[in-house]
Amino acid sequence: MSELGFPLLSLLTFLPLVGAGVLLLVRGDEAQVASAARWTALWTSLIVFALSLILWVKFDQTSSGFQFVESVPWLPQYDVGYKMGVDGISVLFVLLSTVLTPLCILASWETITTRVREYMIAFLVLETMMIGMFCALDFLVFYMFFEGVLLPMFLIIGIWGGPRRVYASIKFFLFTLLGSVLMLIALLAIWHYAGTTDITRLLRTSFPVGMQNWLFLAFFASFAVKVPMWPVHTWLPDAHVEAPTAGSVILAGVLLKMGAYGFLRFSMPMLPQASQTFAPMMFALGIIAVIYTSLVALAQEDMKKLIAYSSVAHMGVVMIGLFTFNVQGIQGALFQMLSHGVVSAALFLCVGVVYDRVHSREIARYGGLAERMPAYAVVFMVFTMASVGLPGTGGFVGEFLVVVGALQVNFWVAFLGAFGMILGAAYALYLYRRVVFGALTKLDLRSILDLSPREIAIFAPLVVLTLWMGVYPSSFTHFFDASVNAMVANHVAALANHSTFAQATFTGNFH
Amino acid sequence: MIYAVAVFAPLLGSVIAGFLGRVIGDRASQIVTVSLMVLAAICGDVSFASVAWGNAHTGVVPVFDWISVGDLHIAWALRFDTLSVVMVAMVTTISTLIHLYSVGYMSHDSSIPRFFSYLSFFTFAMLMLVTANNLAQLFFGWEGVGVASYLLIGFWYQKPSACAAAIKAFVVNRVGDLFFAVGIALMFFLFKSIEFDNVFGNIQAHMNATYHIFGQDFRSYEVIGTLLFLGAMGKSAQIFLHTWLPDAMEGPTPVSALIHAATMVTAGVFLMSRMSPLMEFAPHALQLVTFIGATTALFAATIGCVQNDIKRIIAYSTCSQLGYMFLAAGVGAYQASMFHLITHAFFKALLFLGAGSVIHAMSDEQDIRKMGGLFKKIPFTGTVMWIGSLALAGIPFFAGYYSKDAILEAAYAAHTGLGTYGFVCGVVAAFLTAFYSWRLLILTFHGTPRADKHTMDHVHESPFVMTFPLGVLATGAVLVGLLFHTMFIGDARDAFWGAAIFNGPTNHIMATLEDRSMIIGLLPTLVGVAGIFLAYVMYVLVPGMPRALATTFRPIYLFLLNKWYFDELYNAIFVKPAFAIGRFLWKTGDATIVDGVPNGLASLTSYGSSRLVKLQTGSLATYAFTMLIGLVALISIFLWVR
Repeated sequence: MSELGFPLLSLLTFLPLVGAGVLLLVRGDEAQVASAARWTALWTSLIVFALSLILWVKFDQTSSGFQFVESVPWLPQYDVGYKMGVDGISVLFVLLSTVLTPLCILASWETITTRVREYMIAFLVLETMMIGMFCALDFLVFYMFFEGVLLPMFLIIGIWGGPRRVYASIKFFLFTLLGSVLMLIALLAIWHYAGTTDITRLLRTSFPVGMQNWLFLAFFASFAVKVPMWPVHTWLPDAHVEAPTAGSVILAGVLLKMGAYGFLRFSMPMLPQASQTFAPMMFALGIIAVIYTSLVALAQEDMKKLIAYSSVAHMGVVMIGLFTFNVQGIQGALFQMLSHGVVSAALFLCVGVVYDRVHSREIARYGGLAERMPAYAVVFMVFTMASVGLPGTGGFVGEFLVVVGALQVNFWVAFLGAFGMILGAAYALYLYRRVVFGALTKLDLRSILDLSPREIAIFAPLVVLTLWMGVYPSSFTHFFDASVNAMVANHVAALANHSTFAQATFTGNFH
Repeated sequence: MIYAVAVFAPLLGSVIAGFLGRVIGDRASQIVTVSLMVLAAICGDVSFASVAWGNAHTGVVPVFDWISVGDLHIAWALRFDTLSVVMVAMVTTISTLIHLYSVGYMSHDSSIPRFFSYLSFFTFAMLMLVTANNLAQLFFGWEGVGVASYLLIGFWYQKPSACAAAIKAFVVNRVGDLFFAVGIALMFFLFKSIEFDNVFGNIQAHMNATYHIFGQDFRSYEVIGTLLFLGAMGKSAQIFLHTWLPDAMEGPTPVSALIHAATMVTAGVFLMSRMSPLMEFAPHALQLVTFIGATTALFAATIGCVQNDIKRIIAYSTCSQLGYMFLAAGVGAYQASMFHLITHAFFKALLFLGAGSVIHAMSDEQDIRKMGGLFKKIPFTGTVMWIGSLALAGIPFFAGYYSKDAILEAAYAAHTGLGTYGFVCGVVAAFLTAFYSWRLLILTFHGTPRADKHTMDHVHESPFVMTFPLGVLATGAVLVGLLFHTMFIGDARDAFWGAAIFNGPTNHIMATLEDRSMIIGLLPTLVGVAGIFLAYVMYVLVPGMPRALATTFRPIYLFLLNKWYFDELYNAIFVKPAFAIGRFLWKTGDATIVDGVPNGLASLTSYGSSRLVKLQTGSLATYAFTMLIGLVALISIFLWVR
C-alpha cells in the first residue's frame, strides 16, 4: 500500500468515522450516552493525532513528490481511482487538522449539553472529511471530501449554534455551494480533456490556454468563497458568530485553509498561464481584503465578528503570497495559513472562555478582566500579539515572507499588502483593551473565574506551537521546501515553454 | 560567552518573574531580576572594556537558524562589534540602575513581579536589537521593545488614559514599522541577503542599481535608506511620528527613564549608524534625515518651553535631543550621533529618575506649577537634577557638552544648505533647551513652595535604593563626556570604532570637526548660558513676565501648549475617518451591497422552498433531497460525457 506497509492516510481519514460509528451504538440514559460520547470522541481524535505524528517523523523532507501514496482502482473504466498521498504542501495541514480536533472536543466538553452524541459524531465526521480532503490525490475523491466538509459544519452551526443559526448556516451553505457547482463543471471538463482524475497525472497535463482561463475562473468561484476572498466573505462573520466555539475553531483553523489549498493544488500548478494572467486580480482582491476587512474589524462590537473579519484580512495576505509565484511568497502564504490556523483557532477559544462564563460576545459587556483572570490575560495577549504579527510568534514569519515575496513582484503589492501591520495592530489591541484592560466595573464580572485546568490544557499546546513557529519556523518550512521549490520551478518552466509554444498554436484564445 | 550571558540573563529573569512571580512572591522576583541584571551589566561592561581597552576580535556569536526559505537565510546570532558592544554596555548598565530604582519606586504597587518581568523582557528585546546580525533579528528586537513599551505604558491598565497611550504608542510605531519591513524586503530583493556582512560587503556591486517607483527610477540605496529612516522616525519619535512619546509618560516613571529616554527611542539612531555603510551612499536619504532631525530638535524644544507636566517637559526634551542625533547622522557624523546617544542616556535617565523622585516626594503630583521650593527638602534630588540639566544644556565639561558641541560643529562643517539649516535649528534648540531646563529647575526646586502644607510636610528624600542609581547616573552625566570623547569622536575614534561605523570616501566630517573657528565652538555654550539667564529673568527676577507673554502672544502660546495641534489633526484625518470608513464598509458595503445579492437569492430560495416544504418534512430533508438530485445529476453527466 505505502512505504509503511499499512495505509496510514486511509487510517487517519477513516478512523474518526469508525469512532463515529461506535458512538451510534452507544446505549443508555442521556447522561451516560453524553459521557461515553465525549470520551469516545476524545480518544478517537487522540489516537488519530498520535498516528498522524508518524507523518511528522517519517515524511521525507527532501522529496518534492507525493508520499505515503495509496491507490485502489475504483472506476477503472473512467480512470477514476481512490488515491491518497501527501506532499510538502498538504502534510502539515493534515497535522493541523489532527491537532485541532481533540482540542475542539475538549473545548466542547462542558459547553455542549444537548445532543452530545450527535455533536461528537458531527465532529468526527468533520475530521474524516478534512483529513481526506488534504490527502486526496484523485480529483473526484477530493471533490467529495471538499464538499463533504460542508455537511457536518452545516449541522454544527445549524443545530448547536446561536439564535440566528439557521440564517447563518443557510448563508454559509448557499455561498459555498454556489462555487461548488462551477467546480464540478470544471472537474468534468478536466476529466473530459485529460481522461483521468488522478491528480498526479493532471499535474503533468498541460491545458490549452483558453481552457485554462475558463477553468481558473470556475475554480476561483469555488475556492474564493472558501478562502474567503473579498467580496464573497460575508458568510464568514455570520457563520462564526452563530457557530459554537469549537465550530468556529475548526472553521477558522482548517476550513478557511481549504480554499487556499485548492488554489495551490489545482489552479496554480495545473493552470500556470491562467494563474499568471489572473495574478493581478488576485493581488487586487487580496489587498482589498487586507485593508477593507481590517477597517471593518475596527468598527466591530462583537468579539467573534471582529476575529472573523481579521481572518479575512489574514487570508488576503495568504492570497497575495500565493500568486507571487516565488519561493518566499508561497512559503510565506503556507506558513501564514498554518499560523493563522493555530492563532485564529486560539483566539476563538479565548472568546469561548468568556462566552461560557458570561454568555455574551458583545465587547462592551466586558472590561477589566485582567484583574480577575490574569492567566487568561496572558494567553489572550500572546495570541493577540501573534495575530498582530509580532516577531517571535508564528504570525510574523508568514507575513514577513509574503512581504519579501511580494516586493519581488511589485512595490505596491508589498506595501499595501503589509498595511495589515498597522490596521491589524489597531483592531486587535483595541479589542484587547476593551475586554481585558480597563477598570473592572461590571458587577457580575467581579466573580468571574480564571482559566480552569481543562482550559489551560487546551491553550498550552497552542501557545507552545505559536512560539515554536515564531522562534524556529524552520521545523515547519523544511516540510514545504522541496515541494514549493519544485512548484516554482515547474511554473517558470511552464511559462517558458508556453511563450514559444503559444505563438504557434493558441493565439488570443481568450483575449 | 559572557556576551551571550549579557543578552540572555534578562530573558531568564523576565521568564522567572513573569511565570513564577505569584509563587515566589514580590521580594524574590525583585531579587531574581535585579541580580540577573547585575550579572548582565557586568558581562556587558566587561565586553565593552575588552573592546575599548583590550583588543577583542569582533565577530558573531551564532545561536541557531531562524528563517530559511529559498535564498533567504536568517539566523539568530549576536553580533560583537564596537557599535553593538557600546550599546550592550549602556543598555545593561542603565537598565540595572533602573531595575534597582524601581525596587523603591514601585514598592507600593500591587503587581511587582509583572513590572519587573516586563522591564527585564524589555531589556532582553533591546539587547537582541543592538546585537542583531541581520535586519530581521533587529526587527525582532525592534518589535519586542515596542511590545514591552506597550505593556509598560499600559502597566496601570485600569486607567483609560494609560490604555489609550499604550495603543497609540504601538500603532504609531507600526506606521514606521511598515516602511521598515518593506525596506528590509527591498534590501533582500537587491542583495539576496539581509545579513549585515553580506550586505555591506556587496555595497559596491549594486551602487548604481535603480528601483522603479512612483513612475520614476530611483537609486535603490536611496529608496532603502529612506524606508529604513521612516521606520526609525516612528521608533525615535521624530516629527510627524512623535505623537506617541509624550503620551507614553502615562507609564511608571522608571519606564519613561529606561524606554522613553535612554534606550528604546534611540534605536532609530542606532539603526542609522548600523546601516552607515549603506546610508553613506544614499545622500538624498541622508538629507531627509538631516532635515527631519534638525526640525524635530527645534520643534520639540519649542513645545517643551510651555508644558507644565514635569515628565512631559523631559519627554519633549528627549524628542528634541533625538533630533540632534539624527542631525548628526544626516551629515555623516555617526560617531558624534552615537556619542550623544550614550551621554544622553546617562543624563536623560538621570533627569527622569530625578523627576520620579520629585513625584514620589510630592505624593504623585506632576504639575510644576504646584511645586517650588523643594531644594531644601530634597537636596540630593535637587543636586542631581541640576547636574542632569547642566549636562543637557551643554555646559562645559559635563557630558552633554562634548557630544552636543560635536553635533553642532558637524552640522556647521557640512557646509551644505541643509547642514546650515541644521546648525541654526540646533543652536536655537540649544538655547530653548537651556531655557526650559532651568524653567523646570526653578519652578520645581526654588522660589516659594506652591503646594499645600500637607503635601509639603510629606516631602521626603527617596530611600537609598533610589538615590544610589541617581548618584551613579549623576557621576556618569559628569564624567562620561570627559572620559570617552577621545575614544568616540576624538583622535582615537578610528581605532575604537573599527569597521562598525563607516564614513564614505568623501566624508571627512569627523576629521574637520577640530578645524572650526572659535566662535562656532563657543556658540552652543554661549546660547546655553543665555537660555539659563533668560529662565532666571523670567521666573526669578520678573515673575510676572511668563504670564504677560502668554497673554500677549496668546495664539502662539496656545499653539505651543497644544503641541502644534498634531493630535487634533491626526484624530481628524486618520483616527476618526478609519472608524467611520470601517463602519460604512461594514453597514453599507458588507451588509447592504455584498449581502444584497445572496439575500435576494435567499429570499427567492425561501420562496421556492416554502413551496417545497409542503412536499417535504423540513429543511434537512430538503437538503438531503437536493443532494440526492445532485448526485444523480453528477453521475448522469459523468456517464453521458464519457
